[in-house]
Amino acid sequence: MDLSSINPILFFASLMVAATPILLAAIGELVVERAGVLNLGVEGMMITGAVTGFIVAVATGSPWLGFAGAALGGALLSQVFGFLTQYLLSNQVATGLALTLFGLGLSALMGQGYIGIKAPSFPDIHVPILGDIPVIGPIVFQHDPMVYIGLLIALAVWFFLFRSRAGLVLRAVGENHDAAHALGYNVRRTRMLAIAFGGACAGLGGAYLSLVRVPQWTEGMTAGAGWIALAIVVFASWRPGRLVLGAYLFGGVTVLQLNLQAAGVAIPVEYLSMSPYLATIAVLVIMSAGRSPGSLGRIFHAAR
Amino acid sequence: MRDTLLNITGLTKAYGSVIANREVSFSVGVGEIHALLGENGAGKSTLVKTIYGLVKPDSGTMDMRGAPFAPTDPAAARKAGVGMVFQHFSLFDALTVAENIVLGMDNPPSPRAIAAEVRRVSDQYGLPLDPDQIVGDLSAGERQRVEIIRCLLQNPKLLIMDEPTSVLTPQEVEILFKTLRKLAAEGTSILYISHKLSEIAALCEAATILRMGQVVATCDPRTTAPREMAELMVGQVLQSPVRAARPEGAMALELTGLSAPASHRFGTALRDIRIAVRAGEVLGIGGVAGNGQDELVAVLSGETMSDNDAVLLDGKPVGRSPVNARRALGLLCAPEERLGHAAAPDMSLTENAAVTAITRKSLTRRGFVDWPQARAFASAVIAQFDVRTPGPQHTAASLSGGNLQKFVIGREIMQAPRVLVVNQPTWGVDAAAAAAIRQALLTLADEGAAVVVISQDLDELMEISDRFCALTEGRLSAPRAARGLTVDQIGMMLGGAHDMEVAHVAE
Repeated sequence: MDLSSINPILFFASLMVAATPILLAAIGELVVERAGVLNLGVEGMMITGAVTGFIVAVATGSPWLGFAGAALGGALLSQVFGFLTQYLLSNQVATGLALTLFGLGLSALMGQGYIGIKAPSFPDIHVPILGDIPVIGPIVFQHDPMVYIGLLIALAVWFFLFRSRAGLVLRAVGENHDAAHALGYNVRRTRMLAIAFGGACAGLGGAYLSLVRVPQWTEGMTAGAGWIALAIVVFASWRPGRLVLGAYLFGGVTVLQLNLQAAGVAIPVEYLSMSPYLATIAVLVIMSAGRSPGSLGRIFHAAR
Repeated sequence: MRDTLLNITGLTKAYGSVIANREVSFSVGVGEIHALLGENGAGKSTLVKTIYGLVKPDSGTMDMRGAPFAPTDPAAARKAGVGMVFQHFSLFDALTVAENIVLGMDNPPSPRAIAAEVRRVSDQYGLPLDPDQIVGDLSAGERQRVEIIRCLLQNPKLLIMDEPTSVLTPQEVEILFKTLRKLAAEGTSILYISHKLSEIAALCEAATILRMGQVVATCDPRTTAPREMAELMVGQVLQSPVRAARPEGAMALELTGLSAPASHRFGTALRDIRIAVRAGEVLGIGGVAGNGQDELVAVLSGETMSDNDAVLLDGKPVGRSPVNARRALGLLCAPEERLGHAAAPDMSLTENAAVTAITRKSLTRRGFVDWPQARAFASAVIAQFDVRTPGPQHTAASLSGGNLQKFVIGREIMQAPRVLVVNQPTWGVDAAAAAAIRQALLTLADEGAAVVVISQDLDELMEISDRFCALTEGRLSAPRAARGLTVDQIGMMLGGAHDMEVAHVAE
């Protein structure tokens, strides 16, 4: 066992990379749940995003277009969920679970010809000046653009929810849909848009796995990341700042346990693999004091 | 004769085969306080939702100051000068006062300007409010102020008030009436929806009475006798409950300095509650909802545990006994929320009867439910309490509010309780059913049970209780004999003088 083989700079740098897919999927689901919808299909939308992103990137040679395709794929799949739950008033939990199973199957079908191919490379950007700072530069400012885009999305979501009128309406719809309807807000439209945003973010998160992290397509490659994203939303009390913290914590423990495995620590691998999930949930449970949006998961039926 | 503001002609709206409004016509004058009077289900809500653009009428027309008025959504109605204060479901607990107000406006100014506006309007009309408070932490009266100010900031020509006083203390009602009179004097018309006749007589200049979706009469409430209006509203002659003189019985239920934490974030903790109820006595507990009523019921029913000695039933400590053990001993409860708490909506009446009566009516045989007996019990409740339903196999959700309430209360009464605790027994129940429920509670007390009635309806409590006490912010006042209590005394007991010193209407 040789703990000195763990390079702290490399550790923190790969932490940001490991956290990004979870962060992306979770921030989308946060908006969805703030609007009062519980979409358990995050895992399915992530894996669909992973495969559509991969296909588009391979076909066009551009990872940027790949990410755009992934967002579109995730959003389209989410609209199936939206149509079923918002228009046909189906049960959100059952529909979300079905969406996950459907997404896993659909992605396996779509990705059949793509196994073993390498994705076009997505170079890291070296932020001028800032990237040259010792220690901090390599940790924070020498990543691929999606790492920063993920953080920007989280910041934008915070600003949207708590500083804009549209965000206020969205929170109001999630808090009490009957009251929002009585005041003349379109509950269904607000929720459909939120669901689409959640799908797009989950798609980006999935594509980050298939285009950057791995980077190739394998069946079932999200391996439960969507479920962790769902848990992080709840334990972050539906607050974007805490959500970023939770995602980074998860990324941190993931990277740490990989490093420990490599260093040959005398703990069985199975326990190490469990540790990110346990650590994230334990810390967020201790922190959480939040209250869920009042109308979360409830079916809205306008009496007209 | 004043000018007409809103004129409604021949409005009809049907939901499937149920006709909510049939050929409704009436008009509201400029600066007039007009009452819309009717039982639950008489079509008042549908009518005002039509005016507010939430419901599209099937036929009929409305005009506002002579111009045709057909709002397609609430924003259009607000633009035309209609403001509405809802009875419930229109505030967002987790948001601040300012955010709630912004949501009700179409072109809101900046947050800072809103705060200033809120302060200006609240001073002008004597409705003190802090724009940065979270609505979930406010009292019912304060919540209503949020709604009223939200409307007033739009300078409405017509203000619709839907059952505004159902959650207010008498003092808060006085403050509200002053505000409304001042608004009317400034030329705002008010459409005031209520079934409380004393209020309408005190406040309104004209009244339209609805029954089964139709206008049955128009009258001047200042000169019409309240009883006459009540009978027009109900369509039958009303019976007042009778109370027999009862000898003082043995001590049945005692709470000795009970304290309990709040049940949820916006709940109220109970502090040092002392109650002593004798057999044959009706104790009325008044107070605005949210002052610890839910917590008190939970502690009595056994849903929340307390110190074992804090709850005594016939002298025996039961504070740590679970719900069914208390039922076995004769302490029964009928909680406030009919659907979801007192009854499971999608289960049949038989099943709903069996779940609470299984111990006391021994509805099991060798550990299995005895369904024929359960069905017989449910049928007996339905027969004795005049529950209108085709049979006990129908679901609880299929019953109207009043009928389900009769079933829920009847189910407990027919288990012959030693002590019965009921919360809001007649909330949202039509007058005839309410009278039947009150009479049943009195009869139960006559037969020697102790009855605790928790209610917001002070008239109801005065009608049936022997002694009265008030629950305010989790504390219970000392009980007083109900007979001869004046409204002012009750108001003082309720401590309902929230913000009285600042609430002077600017003259």
